[in-house]
Amino acid sequence: MAALVKAERLVKDFPVRGAFPGSKKKYVHAVDYVDLAIEEGEVLGLAGESGSGKSTTGRLLVRLVEPSSGRIEYRGRDITEYPRRELEALRAKIQMIFQDPVSSLSPRMSVGEAIGHPLKIHGLGDAARRRDAVLGIMEKVGLSPAPYLYRKYPHQLSGGQSQRVVIARALVTRPDFIVADEPIAMADVSVRALILQLMRQLKDEMGLTYLFITHDLATAKYLCDRVAIMYLGRIVEMATRDELFSHPHHPYAKALLAAVPIPDPKARKPKNLPAGEIPSAIDPPSGCHFHPRCPYAMPACSLARPPLRDLGSGHLSACILE
Amino acid sequence: MAYADGDPILEIHGLSIAYPISIGTVRAVESVSLSVRKGEVLGIVGESGCGKSTLGLSILKLMKPPGRISAGSILYKGADVLSMGEKSLLDLRGRNIAMIFQNPLTSLDPLVTVQDHFVEAIRVHEPEVGRKDCRARAEAILSDLGIEGRRLSEYPYQLSGGMRQRIMIGLALILHPDILLADEPTTALDVIVEAGFTELLMKLKRQYDLTVLLISHNLGLVAEMADRIAVMYGGRIAELASVEDIFARPLHPYTRGLMACVPNILLDQKELVAMPGSPPDLVDAPEGCPFAPRCPEVMEVCRVETPRLKDYGGPAAACWLYERKA
Repeated sequence: MAALVKAERLVKDFPVRGAFPGSKKKYVHAVDYVDLAIEEGEVLGLAGESGSGKSTTGRLLVRLVEPSSGRIEYRGRDITEYPRRELEALRAKIQMIFQDPVSSLSPRMSVGEAIGHPLKIHGLGDAARRRDAVLGIMEKVGLSPAPYLYRKYPHQLSGGQSQRVVIARALVTRPDFIVADEPIAMADVSVRALILQLMRQLKDEMGLTYLFITHDLATAKYLCDRVAIMYLGRIVEMATRDELFSHPHHPYAKALLAAVPIPDPKARKPKNLPAGEIPSAIDPPSGCHFHPRCPYAMPACSLARPPLRDLGSGHLSACILE
Repeated sequence: MAYADGDPILEIHGLSIAYPISIGTVRAVESVSLSVRKGEVLGIVGESGCGKSTLGLSILKLMKPPGRISAGSILYKGADVLSMGEKSLLDLRGRNIAMIFQNPLTSLDPLVTVQDHFVEAIRVHEPEVGRKDCRARAEAILSDLGIEGRRLSEYPYQLSGGMRQRIMIGLALILHPDILLADEPTTALDVIVEAGFTELLMKLKRQYDLTVLLISHNLGLVAEMADRIAVMYGGRIAELASVEDIFARPLHPYTRGLMACVPNILLDQKELVAMPGSPPDLVDAPEGCPFAPRCPEVMEVCRVETPRLKDYGGPAAACWLYERKA
């Protein structure tokens, strides 16, 4: 199958100002040569801790952030250098869902206005047709009775309803690629399951492709077909869901999996955690970024960046261990 | 009187907390009775708005205004916390019962060094202690936390997130309290740091002979730490049982729903069973079980009369399903 979205050697460096005028300019290496391809109809999970670059990667793919270098393709076309007008048209097809539904919605826009806003921006349909489209998508995401909720304002909605409004707004222009950045991180436990179910159902009904960004590996396991794990701007491991969760290869991926809390007291056991925390992305460790914390580190690990190599059937790992 | 492991060190009887607001009264906590045993880790679990944090704060008589206790009592080692004057309360807070909060960055003063945080924590209760002694005590506790002594002269911004949270727990333990109240202590932390913090907290619990009240929405976290769990819903305790019982044989339909909708990385879950509806509005809530509108096993009596928390041979639940059978 052809890739719907593809990133090649994608890099994003954010400049940070030094403490004093004239001091040397430094960069946060948020995304450090990332290659990935998402097939049509697939859910690719992008997992990692804060500061791993997963959100920046998502924003680069929808061109909310300009890459420092590298190439982004959508349906085989290079969109890295798309001019503003073409980019705007593209935005009807690729959409983003953000973490916090409350800050993603304008308190002064009713539900109907908010969901219909993208249609207005893209000049799709007249007022009556737009209203129909909005009511239609509202029913689809479970905002019912739609005509009643259409007139409500964000402060009158529950957390779960707000997240549904955000999802409806992302879907109203009938996109085919969605970047969902921690869409359930702020939601309550019982709401999370509903949103996950909804995302799955919408994907099948509307033929969507997701990049699902999460710090929660248990959720990634539930929703994703393939999962990529990021550490300090780099993908360290990428494999199908079953492969990754049953045979993780990279020591960081193993540590991350072992650290996930298990909702079952029978599964209590010591975890063998790596020492320390993620170092700064301004001046990351040489070679493999994980080597200072890695229990298996060898002299070679600090010398050169280990390439993502195929362990067989597309299971990629950036670790030189056999 | 010396308390041995298992003795009720903190007892809450029929506690109700109300917030009078313009459109009515929010019954944030309603008729909660709970006995905390010395040496245990008691998890208080529930979703936002279930009253778990309000309950935690009330133990130190720290409810945010206009909240007030409308009924009930809280006994710490037999002494009534709610009738205490300011002076006894100050003594209770920090020295007997200490608290750690969710976000270490907002709990530490950005303009104050780590050392001065410790100096303040000690001198509030023991004003006669000199700076040198404070520093020595702080250094001793930092080594238990796995933090180098040189960090004492640093400011919060110079510390990583995990280190800040460890400093928080150090500040809480510096006066050797009996009870540690931890309200969502790991929610702001990344998963590996969280796991490390959990292991540290359990080590400190043994070392400092603590009783821990762990307030959290994270079932995974309480499954790893708690001995007993109280599940709260709509301001009430829906179920109270040992961690083994609650995960193996949940009684209350809400507990069962909660268990079924949480992703577990060890399982191959094809479907999560989501609970329809949303948590109740606690403003002038009607009589009846607060979970009744969402309950798959609701009966007529559930909407009319509120079930009480009853013991069913170990696990306790507030549910008419069992009351009728019994």
